[in-house]
Amino acid sequence: MSEATLLLEACDVAKRFDSVVALKAASLRVRPGEVHGLMGANGAGKSTLVKIITGVFPADGGQIAVKGVVRSFRSPAEARRAGIVSVYQDPALVPDLTIAQNMRLAGASVDAVRKWLAKLGGVRVDFNLSVRDLPDPTLRLIDLARALSWEPAVLLLDEITASLPADLSEQIYTMVKHWREKGNAVIFISHRMAEVSALCDRATVLRDGVTAGVIERAHGSEERILALMLGDETARAVASATSTGAPHQKSGDAQAALEVRGLRCGPLVNDVSFKLYPGEVLGVAALEGQGQEELFDCIAGGRRFDGGAILAHGKELRLRHPADAIAAGIVLVPANRLLALLQQRPISENIALPTFGGIRNWGPIRIHAERRRVESAIGRLQIDTRAGSELRRLSGGNQQKVVIARWLASGFDTLLCFDPTRGIDIGTKRQVYALVREIAAEGSAVLLFTSELPEIALACHRAIVLFGGRVVAEMPVSEADEATLLRSAHGLAPLAQTSS
Amino acid sequence: MTVPAASHRHLTTRIWRSLRRNPSLFFMPALLAASLAITVAIHPQFSDFDLQSLAMGALPLAFAAAAQTVVVIAGGIDLSIGSVMAVANVLAASTMEKASFGQSLLLAVAVLMAGMAIGALNGLIVVLSRIPDVVATLTSGFIWGGIALVILEKPGGGAPQEFLNLGTGTLFTPWLPNALVLLVAAVGAIWIPLRRSKLGLQLYAVGSDRIAAFRSGVNIDRTRFAAYVFSGLFSAVGGLGLTMTTGIGAPLAGVYYTLSGLGAVVVGGISLAGGRGGMLGPVMAAFVLTLIPTDLIFLNIDPNFGQVIQGTLIVVIVMIGGFVDKERSRK
Amino acid sequence: MTEQGKTVFSRAVAAVTGGGLVSLLRTRTIVVLVLLLLALVAGIELARPGTVNALWASNMMLFAAPLGIVAAGQTLVMLTGGIDLSVANVATASAYLMATHSGLGVAPAILYGLGVGFVVGLINGIGVALLRVQPLVMTLGTGLMTEGILVVYSQKKMADAPRVPQFIEDLGAGKSLGGIPNDLIVWVPVAIILIFVLRRTGYGRLLYAIGDNSNACRLAGIRVWRILLLNYVTCGLLAAAAGLIIVGGTNSAELRLAEVYLLPSVAAVIIGGTSIFGGRGGYSGTIIGALILTVLNSILTLLDVPESVRQILYGTIILLLAAAYTRLTD
Repeated sequence: MSEATLLLEACDVAKRFDSVVALKAASLRVRPGEVHGLMGANGAGKSTLVKIITGVFPADGGQIAVKGVVRSFRSPAEARRAGIVSVYQDPALVPDLTIAQNMRLAGASVDAVRKWLAKLGGVRVDFNLSVRDLPDPTLRLIDLARALSWEPAVLLLDEITASLPADLSEQIYTMVKHWREKGNAVIFISHRMAEVSALCDRATVLRDGVTAGVIERAHGSEERILALMLGDETARAVASATSTGAPHQKSGDAQAALEVRGLRCGPLVNDVSFKLYPGEVLGVAALEGQGQEELFDCIAGGRRFDGGAILAHGKELRLRHPADAIAAGIVLVPANRLLALLQQRPISENIALPTFGGIRNWGPIRIHAERRRVESAIGRLQIDTRAGSELRRLSGGNQQKVVIARWLASGFDTLLCFDPTRGIDIGTKRQVYALVREIAAEGSAVLLFTSELPEIALACHRAIVLFGGRVVAEMPVSEADEATLLRSAHGLAPLAQTSS
Repeated sequence: MTVPAASHRHLTTRIWRSLRRNPSLFFMPALLAASLAITVAIHPQFSDFDLQSLAMGALPLAFAAAAQTVVVIAGGIDLSIGSVMAVANVLAASTMEKASFGQSLLLAVAVLMAGMAIGALNGLIVVLSRIPDVVATLTSGFIWGGIALVILEKPGGGAPQEFLNLGTGTLFTPWLPNALVLLVAAVGAIWIPLRRSKLGLQLYAVGSDRIAAFRSGVNIDRTRFAAYVFSGLFSAVGGLGLTMTTGIGAPLAGVYYTLSGLGAVVVGGISLAGGRGGMLGPVMAAFVLTLIPTDLIFLNIDPNFGQVIQGTLIVVIVMIGGFVDKERSRK
Repeated sequence: MTEQGKTVFSRAVAAVTGGGLVSLLRTRTIVVLVLLLLALVAGIELARPGTVNALWASNMMLFAAPLGIVAAGQTLVMLTGGIDLSVANVATASAYLMATHSGLGVAPAILYGLGVGFVVGLINGIGVALLRVQPLVMTLGTGLMTEGILVVYSQKKMADAPRVPQFIEDLGAGKSLGGIPNDLIVWVPVAIILIFVLRRTGYGRLLYAIGDNSNACRLAGIRVWRILLLNYVTCGLLAAAAGLIIVGGTNSAELRLAEVYLLPSVAAVIIGGTSIFGGRGGYSGTIIGALILTVLNSILTLLDVPESVRQILYGTIILLLAAAYTRLTD
């Protein structure tokens, strides 16, 4: 295929930020009429490449060509005029304006957007409503509809199905295929291998700022993509380490490390009860918005609840501040690591932060003790500190590890992990799950929520399912396959039990 | 594409909805009404002359509040407003002293242009130097204050009587002070078209969520720059207002207006985070703040207490606001 | 030239030329600040030979000390991402209250002065730490309040005329041991304690952490309001202490005494490398920043230009310094 027919071609794109090289020589060739996946671990340079293509900032080296013409975009508006439109996970809608005002702001035709919204299966929306008054999935559909209303030659979708309900994801897949039929191209970025292998015709894999390879859709392409992302040896090592599920059995300890009784909080948590024992990893499976986030916040002391009780080792807790939970040995690793980390401070300060909780720790710091604890935590988690010691230099996966390292360094009884691997590359994901099992094996208790159901089996000993703010099912990991979990997560009764 | 005009029913639903979302929206008119009621109760002989004095006193503060509102809506802050007012004030008073009415009007236009130019400089400084706007405008205000001192070392100057009459006296009916007419006309003429325009939308967008605005194609730098230009414009109008109501130019007049203008914005219910609010609240707040020393005079209390009460009012209102927000987010 | 010599030479050149200087600024800001200060001093000596001598240096320290102390409080507050616009009014009020109570004796008078700082700082702290009011607005309001109360107080208190005790005068204007300013007795310990607290104590760590991401601190179990409350009280006390030194220097308690200290206190902190958004910086930079501003002020005085022009030049130079600093460290 000749170069001129490529809709988009990025050649040897390079970009650096101060001393950090984000891209060395990244290439991407997108043909008309294809869905092209863009894969890569966090830190491989995906989002930087995307930002260069869509005009957020210019490249330092290499070139971008649209339909054979070399271009350099200075703003997203310019890129859009050249036919490149991107849609991100956070809708690009201004919260304090109405939908209609947002459309006018961006120069989108309200009628065209309505038409596409209908095609996406979105319900009729009053465009005079403020963005703040509409639910997130609706906003994301509007964002996508707006992008489509500009009829882009290249539509770039960056992780847009993350934390979206399954039926809406299906609508989006249908639309993506439809867009391809019209002779356009879709660049699809996702961490969900299943999605990518189902949807994409080809996939470009980035590693360490260069294009490691381009894979055509075929059998075994998933493994090949993984191999390219990780580099061959690491891939094999990771694959062998996690080929089995979670084998370890909990100890015979009778008393629960954590017990939740009849917890009620707001409209989303209605009556949650379960027990968590030392030495086990208890998985929580739930669809979007079933109360899991509120549940975790309540247990971690960050949110007040209306009724019920939370007990640690049999003792009821009075939780008014995260410090109360931490004092009871309960610590939280939140989904959004930005919430928990100090971007400008060094890694060591991030890890040592909980040390200074009480007033008596306001005095002089014991430097040596701190350094020992910090280094042991960094070593255990294999945090890659090559990128300088300021936290923001680390990749997303390493940053998440720092959050966990913080708690390892200061000690805990019960670890709450809320979607700890969201947006993390596969290699680091496996490391995190291995670590979680190790922590349980050492005697702590772990409560783990993940939005990706297949991963429950990878890490947990038992699983509970949340639906409508209640625990509707509980099962050992041997029964917790994706299909069963999905049924319960939708509020359906389990299928008739066969003798197992 | 413009939003279609609302029918009568739409209007009431919109009002009801905004009341539910923003109960503080009706706080300001209520506070103003209460303050006026208290004033009249204290001083039953409240005459049209008293209303004139009130309008004249509130005029400069209202413009200072208007200037600050534009910048705050766009997510910034301008601590040089008082100094720009002072420059406009002394520029007008020193050039208009021996001018005819017609000439003074032309000079007024020139002063407005000067105000916009200073606003543009402010905007350039903030956008190009990337110094945070608090520091940048605090410092630039210092510079403009120096310029005001260069133009007029001590209070002095003047303007033709017809020009002064634009802001004093009553042209139409005794109970409609010129100052009030001037205020409504100036704010309305500048703000209403701005708010309806695309630039107005961009101001709100940048203040509300800069990243979403950027992705929606808004040029952030240009929008912020424009906000400061408008701030300069309103400040210049305020400076002209000072000339009209005091009759002279005073280089140090500005300091008070920067901080109390910001106070009027906050009391007027505008969130400093940006993206929300309108002109009505801060302008009404300017009147409430001006009523305080007025009431004190009527009560025969030392008007110097006025500043104490204004400061305390600002502190108390923001503390209550903070408390209410905290309780609301607790749920 | 030998091979070794060439390498040394090229490395020296690299260190001095543009690229090297920029990265030097990024990692060792304080070195560049000191260089800037020395450049200013050299400039004065070149323009008016004979100006720079021990007496001049001692006077610089004398005048820089109160600014350095106000800027110390401002540094603490700005590290947490806040700002304190009431410091000038607190300093003035503290000086005035001390002066009107000087009849009770030096120590009680000083306590009255510091008391103002404590009370205003406490109100600021309650607003910002407990009620989550924005520091800009809160301190603006308390500043206005304090200024207003002071005006009323000064008019009511006609009976007890303000008088500056000898002790304060010695502290604010005097020198000992052959030219060392007395106010360094306050400034030097403040500096040492502050630098130690910021670098080596949990409290200091928490200031940086809160400035960077106060929500993360909460999730890690830190009760943020305690630190912020103490922080604003400290800032108020430091401003009050500075006021006592200032009035010692001028020997008359006026109502506009410390007005001129607000902008420089913020400027010294910014020039010294602390970000207004918090999470980055420190006091050693602020110290040099305060010295730079004091020297700058004296240069402008030497130029013998009217107050208005001085104001314009001072503001412009601060803008340029702040812009250069922000651009280079972005």
